[in-house]
Amino acid sequence: MPSKPPKPQVVALQLHAKSLDAFMPMFLVVDMGGRITAAGKTIAKLFAAAPLIGKSLFAVFDLRRVGPIRTMAAVAARAGQPLTLTRCDGGGALRGLAMPMADGQGFLFNLSFGIGVIDAVRQFGLTDADFAATDLAIEMLYVVEAKTAVMGELGRLNHSLKGAKSAAEARAMTDTLTGLGNRRALDMALADVIAKGGRFAMLHLDLDFFKAVNDTLGHAAGDHVLCAAAATLREATRGHDLITRVGGDEFVILLTRPPDKPGMLRIANRIIAGLEVPIPWEGQVCRISGSIGIVVSSDYAAVQEAAMQADADAALYASKRAGRGQATFAAVRPDGRPDGRPDGISAADVGDAGLGVDGTAQGTVVAMPRAG
Amino acid sequence: MHGLINRAVQCFLRDTYGAERWLRVARAAGFGSDGFDTMAVYDLSVTEALLDAAAVQLDRPRDVVLEDLGTYLVSHPTVEPLRRLLRFGGATYLDFVLSLEDLPGRSRLAVPDIDIPELLLEEAEADVFVLGCRSPLRGAGHVMMGLLRAMADDYGALVLLDHLGAVDGSERLHIQVLETSFAAGRRFDLASATSPVAGG
Repeated sequence: MPSKPPKPQVVALQLHAKSLDAFMPMFLVVDMGGRITAAGKTIAKLFAAAPLIGKSLFAVFDLRRVGPIRTMAAVAARAGQPLTLTRCDGGGALRGLAMPMADGQGFLFNLSFGIGVIDAVRQFGLTDADFAATDLAIEMLYVVEAKTAVMGELGRLNHSLKGAKSAAEARAMTDTLTGLGNRRALDMALADVIAKGGRFAMLHLDLDFFKAVNDTLGHAAGDHVLCAAAATLREATRGHDLITRVGGDEFVILLTRPPDKPGMLRIANRIIAGLEVPIPWEGQVCRISGSIGIVVSSDYAAVQEAAMQADADAALYASKRAGRGQATFAAVRPDGRPDGRPDGISAADVGDAGLGVDGTAQGTVVAMPRAG
Repeated sequence: MHGLINRAVQCFLRDTYGAERWLRVARAAGFGSDGFDTMAVYDLSVTEALLDAAAVQLDRPRDVVLEDLGTYLVSHPTVEPLRRLLRFGGATYLDFVLSLEDLPGRSRLAVPDIDIPELLLEEAEADVFVLGCRSPLRGAGHVMMGLLRAMADDYGALVLLDHLGAVDGSERLHIQVLETSFAAGRRFDLASATSPVAGG
């Protein structure tokens, strides 16, 4: 049989207030009537303007432990449990622990700032001398400060990485010559607009007589003309339309909030009229025009990107075939599916040979009749 | 709301319903697929739009989505660090409940501008509590419901939880702790298995 463990000796400690202060600089001694009879140096510092000694504990603090504590009997019932002591003067909350004293004459409270220690240090100008040597408050301040510094640094790094990422993304989606979007920008915007399911339209533009400019005046003139064309497209469209250069002299304008078909024709008309304004280049004049194919998502029962692009392309070549400098809607078959090859026109039939630098173009806009 | 909150919703949708569903929600709410920056602070309307879009896409009431989010925050392996931080609340579920009032302050210690609901605990009778939950985010109490339920499993406690609705802008949750050691619960040591200082 194991022998009974020895009964623990009850030790009644008697401590000098100064010793108590070294261990617990935020102690309070409260008598059974709730009157504060002694206070540690740091808690006293917090109440320098209105000293604590002689005051009722419950007049200085609102005590809580899952509901209010308003009497010393309630304090006794919560002995050894964490308490919250909120200053009645609005000075914030402290954490506390109360245990009865050996003589039965009252309770000893030990208080701490808990998580409010950061604010308290600032508010009361506390130093390490205000904490017990064994208190981890200073370590806590250190950790919080180090964490704040590291998080700040990571935040700045994150911010600059984000900036670099969006700049790289913007570059990857920009045509460097004209500053317009490129094929990738168009593909992404198309995927987005198709996923959202709203009505949209595409204007597929191919410059007329551009090859002649390039061949007779050189690539520099060609680049100049492409930039001028880009400027025309920006002027002729609305801010929320996406303008992209998808090939040498091919552009696609995505209308995410398209007007009705006459409205789309007006936009196409403005574009063509703008393109036909002669462009001066080193003492000479470049004359171009544009052929446009228009395709509208609402003409399709089920929107398919590839079919729409092919139909827009075909409508564009119908415009070329019909004499250039005009816009054509992708024709709609009786079954509802557009088909931009009403007369069996294929891209191969329509070259870009012909007119020279001084060539002229018709500025008419033709809408293909819709069968649907 | 803090980016961490929006990010939590994003990770919840991604981990629970898959990346495709998250993308659909993001698109419906009008955000890019990149998701949220954990360091940034967003307007409350962003979080509201995100949650409304999630409710529509998942075809579930918003309150249910929020409660599932609360459960996720405790139980999913992705957010294990969060479960650990919650377990710092106490050795038993009862201690945990009693420490709930400290939760917003502790969270702010780590992330100063985080929007954790203000929590006020009242003891109705022995082991029966009413938790007041005040947040600018509508339905934040349902997140607390899911979190409290999952934490009960974590501690192995048997509890009854009930959302009592809102009074004066504060959602009220009824918590009855029937048994603190009903099941084994999950293991928890104050010391983490891998030291964060060493990089784990």
